[in-house]
Amino acid sequence: MPSPDGTLHAITANRLRDGVVVFLAAGGAWVESFADAALLTKAEAEPALAAAKAQADGDQFGVDVYAFEVERADGTAQPVKMRERIRALGPSVRLDLGKQAAA
Amino acid sequence: MPLIENGRIGEDAWSFIPDGEPVPNDRPVIISYERWQSDRASFDGRNARLGVRLKSGTLAGAIAPDLDRFALVALEFPKFRDGRGFSTARELRERYGYTGEIRAVGHVIPDQYQFLVRTGFTSVEAPEGTNPTSWANALSEITVAFQPSLDETEPLSLLRRNLGLAG
Amino acid sequence: MNHIAPGARAGIYHYDAIDRRFVGERVEQFRKQVDRRLAGELTEEEFKPIRLMNGLYLQLHAYMLRIAVPYGVMSAVQLRKLAEIGRTYDKGYGHFTTRQNLQYNWIKLEDTPAILNALADVDMHALQTSGNCVRNVTTDQFVGAAKDEVVDGRVYAEILRQWTTLHPEFTYLPRKFKIAISGAVSDRAAVRVHDVGLLARRNEAGEAGFTFYVGGGLGRSPFIGKLVREWVAEEDFVAYLEAILRVYNQYGRRDNIYKARIKILVHELGLEKFKAEVEEEFARLRGPKYRLDPAIVAEIRTHFAPPPFEELPETSEALARAKAENPAFANWVAVNVAEHKAPGYAIATISLKPPGGIPGDATCDQMDLIADLAERYSFGELRVSHVQNIVLAHVKQDDLFALWQQLDAAGLGTANAGLIGDIIACPGLDYCALANARSIPLAQALSARFADPVRQRTIGELGIKISGCINACGHHHVGAIGILGVDKKGTEFYQITVGGDPTLTTAIGDILGPALTEEETVDAIEAIVEVYLAHRTEGERFLDTLARVGHGPFKERIYAAD
Ligand code: SF4
Repeated sequence: MPSPDGTLHAITANRLRDGVVVFLAAGGAWVESFADAALLTKAEAEPALAAAKAQADGDQFGVDVYAFEVERADGTAQPVKMRERIRALGPSVRLDLGKQAAA
Repeated sequence: MPLIENGRIGEDAWSFIPDGEPVPNDRPVIISYERWQSDRASFDGRNARLGVRLKSGTLAGAIAPDLDRFALVALEFPKFRDGRGFSTARELRERYGYTGEIRAVGHVIPDQYQFLVRTGFTSVEAPEGTNPTSWANALSEITVAFQPSLDETEPLSLLRRNLGLAG
Repeated sequence: MNHIAPGARAGIYHYDAIDRRFVGERVEQFRKQVDRRLAGELTEEEFKPIRLMNGLYLQLHAYMLRIAVPYGVMSAVQLRKLAEIGRTYDKGYGHFTTRQNLQYNWIKLEDTPAILNALADVDMHALQTSGNCVRNVTTDQFVGAAKDEVVDGRVYAEILRQWTTLHPEFTYLPRKFKIAISGAVSDRAAVRVHDVGLLARRNEAGEAGFTFYVGGGLGRSPFIGKLVREWVAEEDFVAYLEAILRVYNQYGRRDNIYKARIKILVHELGLEKFKAEVEEEFARLRGPKYRLDPAIVAEIRTHFAPPPFEELPETSEALARAKAENPAFANWVAVNVAEHKAPGYAIATISLKPPGGIPGDATCDQMDLIADLAERYSFGELRVSHVQNIVLAHVKQDDLFALWQQLDAAGLGTANAGLIGDIIACPGLDYCALANARSIPLAQALSARFADPVRQRTIGELGIKISGCINACGHHHVGAIGILGVDKKGTEFYQITVGGDPTLTTAIGDILGPALTEEETVDAIEAIVEVYLAHRTEGERFLDTLARVGHGPFKERIYAAD
């Protein structure tokens, strides 16, 4: 278990017009691949989330904006929770669908 | 706040007087149901028209015995998703025979306007900056109803009715 | 040949100009609402109930669109259109749900108006498949065909579909509202776990009427529907329902989403007080305005006239011969085919639960094939059952073998209706935004474990139902074996219940013990089955044995090691 302050965070949303899962990248752009998501410390995540929410809302860009926890194992980052892994990849029962299929 | 009546922005002759503020005697005012309960004697002999505002948890039965004192009943929607007001309005009309103005206040969206009219509302207090076209459209977008209600509908066939609402 | 021109649509309510006008207007209205949302005139908070009322959810990967299949009945033409939509706007498949509907999982908001338009072309829509309104009314998947049918539930389900469409008073209820109707002796519609459950009956004079159960439902606090009125005459059908809905709309809780269903109101108010409130409303509503005119009922009934059955002998020699020659077919007939009320006909269930498959999923190619088969063998009509299978309701016994061969060739010939492999599973964490755990992988592992058809028949009638969270879309509470996915510190665990029953002898299952991991769960289910087989006496179903021996032997076997 990483100590709470060492946990990293990523910010995600669903794009309003098509529902596609997007992640906040460094610099504030929204990207479709988790690999391109910005990994933030807890201190960074809070203001970034507030700003992302305001922007996604104001521009009618995204909905359900929130932050989730990320862990690093063997140099690659992956979401801590199964739910976020599935969102980042696609259904675990259809490996031919979702982001995992495009990759 | 803009008042919507018959699909258009209309003149609002009424004003709501918050509890604790003095009630003018020379013009139509709306008071809260709570104030009516505690101070009802103070309105004896009043000539100008009186309206009462009900919170969504106050059902039609609560005001029913006093309905002849009110030219207007305002029903509050704390959130547009709280649909109790639709039943309250219908009860006021159908069960208690109320014929005065029924006004929707609080959080209501144009997409509910047709339902409001169909359940017996006569006017809506819309939020500042609302788009009047959306309210106007709301009455003409759908022209078929599948059940009788309190509006003027003309049976078509089966359960269907013509909605002749576009003001 | 029973081939019927696609337009004939035996047993389907077909739209006339007025219905088409309505659905067209509704699509246009939604198109404008989408535009207003994209332009920022509607906030997400305001738009969400509007899109939900049009069947559009936001799920894990994209929007999910739930298409209404009224009371689960549709035509081959409609199914073909669903396949076409799945190819054009989704990813080539759809998911049939426990609400007898179809869901697409990869929908774009901006495509939705076009999809709704395509649906309208075949008299379909997605209205009120979600939101806090009266949802699609469900009924017996054998309606109009079952030998034990007393009243045709489609007629009243259609009346309710119309009556509740954009109901001005009941579109912003405290919570969703589900109605089920059963008009047969055996309840295949699980009426007592619905907000309102209706048993359609006949009195001594032969007139139709209804027994009303209110306040059933699964979810966080499961309740079995309570008897509210033994007999409501047909002409009072709508007035009585309006009375129930009005009491609910006024008194139902709005402060806590988990306490907002009518079951909680009935529970908190007490049955007698609830009944008294409803009766009071009903007494006033009962006038001419809300009377259900028998002429309307008669006209709607014409839509559900029986298809032109041929006069056939009671049993088919061709069928007997084919069964004798082909044991796999004989097994399928024994398991998946039910008795029909017309001589020489049968009801065939197409299982969407192949071993290791995703329960309820069908590819668009499979949908096309089923549509063809429905046209060839069942008057162009088919049904979705609440156990997520497809039913061809009017198949000539003579045709069963040909039907089965074609199904089998397409991987649709699984013989497990009502058996342990016929698992209900909600989409779970693979798709659903509310889930705690995945349901599908467990269903796959279980159906693979019990794939052997002989073993399945030895085990007999045993329903496994899996939900990925306490919302219980997989009806786990009423599974003979129920499985609920829970999240324990970020890991998926599964809680097993036993003894649930969705039929009129409704029972909510009891928790057997602490939650287990996925792998342990599959082993535990197998252990439960073994204990049952060891203890059962002649003719006992799993539920009977369980009732006789209690939980003891099952618990001991699974949890003894701890
Ligand atoms: S039971 Fe829970 S996880 Fe399953 S579909 Fe319903 S809400 Fe989703």
